Amino acid sequence: MSYYFAIIGTQDNPLFEYDFGTSKQGGDGQPRFSDQARHLNQFVVHSSLDIVEELQWTRGEMYLKVVDKFFNNYISCFATAGNVKFLLLHQPTNPAAGAGAAGAAGTPALASSARSSTSIGANPTSPQTEEAVRSFFAEVYDSYVKAVMNPFYRAGAEIGSPVFRARVAAAGRKYL
Amino acid sequence: MANLPGGKPQDRQSGLRYPTNGKTIYHRPLNRTKTAELSQASFAYLFSEMVSYAQRRVTGIQDLEKRLNTQGHPLGLKLLDLLLIREPPRSQLRPLNIIALLHLIKINLWTHLFGRQADRLEKSSNPDTPDEYMIVDNEPLVNAYISVPREMSQLNCAAYVAGIIEGVCDGAGFPARVTAHSVGGKEEGEMWPGKTVFLVKFEGEVLERESLIVGKG
Repeated sequence: MSYYFAIIGTQDNPLFEYDFGTSKQGGDGQPRFSDQARHLNQFVVHSSLDIVEELQWTRGEMYLKVVDKFFNNYISCFATAGNVKFLLLHQPTNPAAGAGAAGAAGTPALASSARSSTSIGANPTSPQTEEAVRSFFAEVYDSYVKAVMNPFYRAGAEIGSPVFRARVAAAGRKYL
Repeated sequence: MANLPGGKPQDRQSGLRYPTNGKTIYHRPLNRTKTAELSQASFAYLFSEMVSYAQRRVTGIQDLEKRLNTQGHPLGLKLLDLLLIREPPRSQLRPLNIIALLHLIKINLWTHLFGRQADRLEKSSNPDTPDEYMIVDNEPLVNAYISVPREMSQLNCAAYVAGIIEGVCDGAGFPARVTAHSVGGKEEGEMWPGKTVFLVKFEGEVLERESLIVGKG
């Protein structure tokens, strides 16, 4: 399971990005994206912004759950009060499940074995995964607000703080 | 949180310095100061400096008000996120329509800034301007110790607060222009000589979206 996390500003400009792997079930926390996928991830995440912009006016919750799916990439979204979007792309590693999901939508749950069905990540639309991603977003949002409250932070600027990055990494290790 | 700062070599390379106790803003809770109050005297002193700072190099009253407005704007953007994260998790909802947004301003923002709610919320009764809303404050805190000279009677330093409101509206995706007007001394304003109306004028696209959302719901 690999994750790509991006914070997108109000002008659709990236403020922060970070990729990491799962730390659950003996994962080492390293992303398993191929070199090409790294570039593709940015496209996939940005293309989901259109859907987010439609959804965000229909629901007041900040956590919009999985908003988009591109082959084996699932995108969860969290829209902050200031209309900054947190987007998390998750890519289950199981290639068999991936092929199944690519062929017919909504089958990854069947394709994944009983062993992996309890793990978050194997089934990106399960309630457990949703809750884990929600906790991750909530923790990142907390750090994000602190970063924004910095009097030297200008709205829409990139977040370059190494402490912020460490906080996001810690949240990723804790929940995903 | 093993790799949080503490004077590691890589931190020194990036030229960043941390306080000796290793605590950064990220270590401080967002909720702690919920009930803390600040001294009004020190605020008044700071605010008078802000006004005189803005007054330098300006050509007129409108220019001065615009500068005050610009000073308040970033504050509004930041407060919007802060106020919502301090809400209990169940009611952490982004404002989706104008009424929800204005309620957030009237109740949450005002309580946070001034320790009480705004006095009134009105929609413009003029059918030509359905995009205008008014937030009424009988006694703006920022104007408490400000006496405006006669030749500048048009000036209302609450333009700073108008800037904050504008920041909140812009941040929430409701672009608007907000101005402060003194109405004290006229008709019903007798009792409150400092009465101020914040006129919120939303952009056309906000109303357009509003009608679409209502149509859907």
